[in-house]
Amino acid sequence: MKRIDHAEASSKFIKAKDHLEFHDQRLWDLRQKRDRESEQIPEWEQLRVLASAIKEHTLTHLADYLEEFERNATANGARVHWARDAAEHNQIVLDIMRARGARILVKAKSMLTDECEMRPFLENRGIEVMETDLGERIQQLDNEPPSHIVVPAVHKLRGDVARVFARTIGTDPKNSDVHYLAESQRQHTRPYFLKADAGMTGANFAVAETGTVVVCTNEGNADLSVNLPPLYIASIGIEKIVPKIEHLGVFVRMLSRSALGSPITQLTSHFRAPRDGCEMHVVLVDNGRSERLGMPDFWYSLKCIRCGACMNTCPVYRRSGGLSYGATYSGPIGVIIDPTFNLRRYSSLPFASTLNGSCTSVCPVKINIHEQIYKWRQVIAERGALPFVKREAMQVAGKVLSNPKLYRAAVETAGAGIEHLPRFMMYNRLNAWGRQREVPAAAPQTFRQWYLKNRSKP
Amino acid sequence: MKVALFVPCYVDAFFPEVGIATLELLERLGVEVAYPLDQTCCGQPMGNSGCEEDAAATEALFVANFAGFDYVVAPSGSCTHHVRENLTAVRQTKETLKVRKATCELVEFLHDVLKVRDFPWAEFPHAVGLHNGCSTLRALRTAKMSEIEEPFFSKPLDLLSRVKGIRLVTPQRPDECCGFGGTFSVFEEPVSAKMGYDKVTAHQKAGAEYIVSADMSCLMHQRGCAERLGLPIRFIHIAQILNGARA
Repeated sequence: MKRIDHAEASSKFIKAKDHLEFHDQRLWDLRQKRDRESEQIPEWEQLRVLASAIKEHTLTHLADYLEEFERNATANGARVHWARDAAEHNQIVLDIMRARGARILVKAKSMLTDECEMRPFLENRGIEVMETDLGERIQQLDNEPPSHIVVPAVHKLRGDVARVFARTIGTDPKNSDVHYLAESQRQHTRPYFLKADAGMTGANFAVAETGTVVVCTNEGNADLSVNLPPLYIASIGIEKIVPKIEHLGVFVRMLSRSALGSPITQLTSHFRAPRDGCEMHVVLVDNGRSERLGMPDFWYSLKCIRCGACMNTCPVYRRSGGLSYGATYSGPIGVIIDPTFNLRRYSSLPFASTLNGSCTSVCPVKINIHEQIYKWRQVIAERGALPFVKREAMQVAGKVLSNPKLYRAAVETAGAGIEHLPRFMMYNRLNAWGRQREVPAAAPQTFRQWYLKNRSKP
Repeated sequence: MKVALFVPCYVDAFFPEVGIATLELLERLGVEVAYPLDQTCCGQPMGNSGCEEDAAATEALFVANFAGFDYVVAPSGSCTHHVRENLTAVRQTKETLKVRKATCELVEFLHDVLKVRDFPWAEFPHAVGLHNGCSTLRALRTAKMSEIEEPFFSKPLDLLSRVKGIRLVTPQRPDECCGFGGTFSVFEEPVSAKMGYDKVTAHQKAGAEYIVSADMSCLMHQRGCAERLGLPIRFIHIAQILNGARA
């Protein structure tokens, strides 16, 4: 697979000025709302410490808690399945549906099913899949992946949505009123809830001691997906386990505040057992998570509760858009997860960061995101996945900067024009600096030269 | 107290006046400052690019140059951060660890070590916006960051507020990154430039005549952006203002 060129993709995003301004401001608004909410809670920083500790404890006892979850969910009457990878997950879902003659699946938002590329898999095998979350549905109709893990269509303006809906569900192309568009989608989706054979959700949390699947949503679509069809399937990444119901309180207090700057989601639904005469299936999915858990520098990324706060605050994400990352997970959390799926394909992503650290500071579970980005860069260079030009520039820089004589020869070229600027400072992409910025002029004398004239002792 | 001055490579070559102001300011404050003549760089450009292996020899040279000092003062937050947190390519000898601990960003050194609060020679009758570099703000923690709810503090403002005539203005999104990010500025040029444009425009809208920072690398990028946009905004290092520059 081709290497993702984040810089190139971001350049296209930036050219669409209206979209860029809206995207940046909309997500910055979410960041500010998050600030206002967290300020209301004096113990916010303690909650972060606690949330992090619960997650670290759970992850270091993961096998035990997963088995406890399986026992309790089974006792509740759910069927628990284990999927080693995306392919197994998709096949399990297909088998469950086929065995019951199910043809139509209504589903709530789930990043995991995007990660597994489940929708095309099922669609190619005769299953009709309906995304019922508004943002996910827009993206489905436009045949695009979500650009944000919480607000999947945030890169689109309402005019874009009007065009997508006009093309696909027959709305008035000239009407981009948001209420009209949302209502049109609702009317279009409702009948599917009634005729669906199966419903699906992801999970925000899965509680080991009760075997409960917890889903936090704002639109009510998850509850309809679960409670109308006779068959319910929950797809859950194994890192979503929390030990006890009492731990939920810590995370529920932080999730929506971090994500959208609202105190809580409209619905926090606990799905515990199948309805009378119906079935409930839980698919626990690994898909690289166990391997990540074994990485000393990177296992902390499994603490993630998918709130998207790191994306909202990220100045690079806000100005490049989620699709520029070319991966299921974008923004800071994506940058540290994606290379575990395919190092070479996603090798540019850890460089799509200024290492500013804002992500780390808003993360409700205290993932050291920017430190992991720094570490991923080392891994990518070690594995020979750096672009040649950067690799070469750094080798030259390392030689020059470790040798005072070479260094001085490079910088002490009084009055040199920009064409003589030392290569280690401007690299081979001098033009890239100068494309939208003026280039600094080298000083007539270096500090060291001044020092020797003005301070050196005879 | 044995104090050494570390003048980062880009300051040495492009902004010698910042090194001079730092040295003169420390001398005014009665500090005897040594300047080891074989210094070059801290290794950050290679480390941040993933090439720690290529940083090892530069880091070793840094340790050799500064091993004998109680404090190594640098007019750069990001270099200080590299030395403290990421000077890991070189062998972690007793000497290395001592140098890493001894390295101090200029504002920290003035504020926390010398505990200077008065700069009677300093006067800067202009509207000034403060830019805290991200490593300085979020790693060295020289000021409250907007992400964390905690009582307000700002070491650079503590110092600047003692300068006669200075008028401090606050831009929108005051602690958003300006988009320099070392090699990020060339390898992610489109986003880097956009971030820089947004940053200098925010300061300009807040009425800043100058942007001041403890990080000249951020300012080098911001100045390039402002000049290209034709904004009449100027850039100055905090050492220069505290040393008595008038413009």
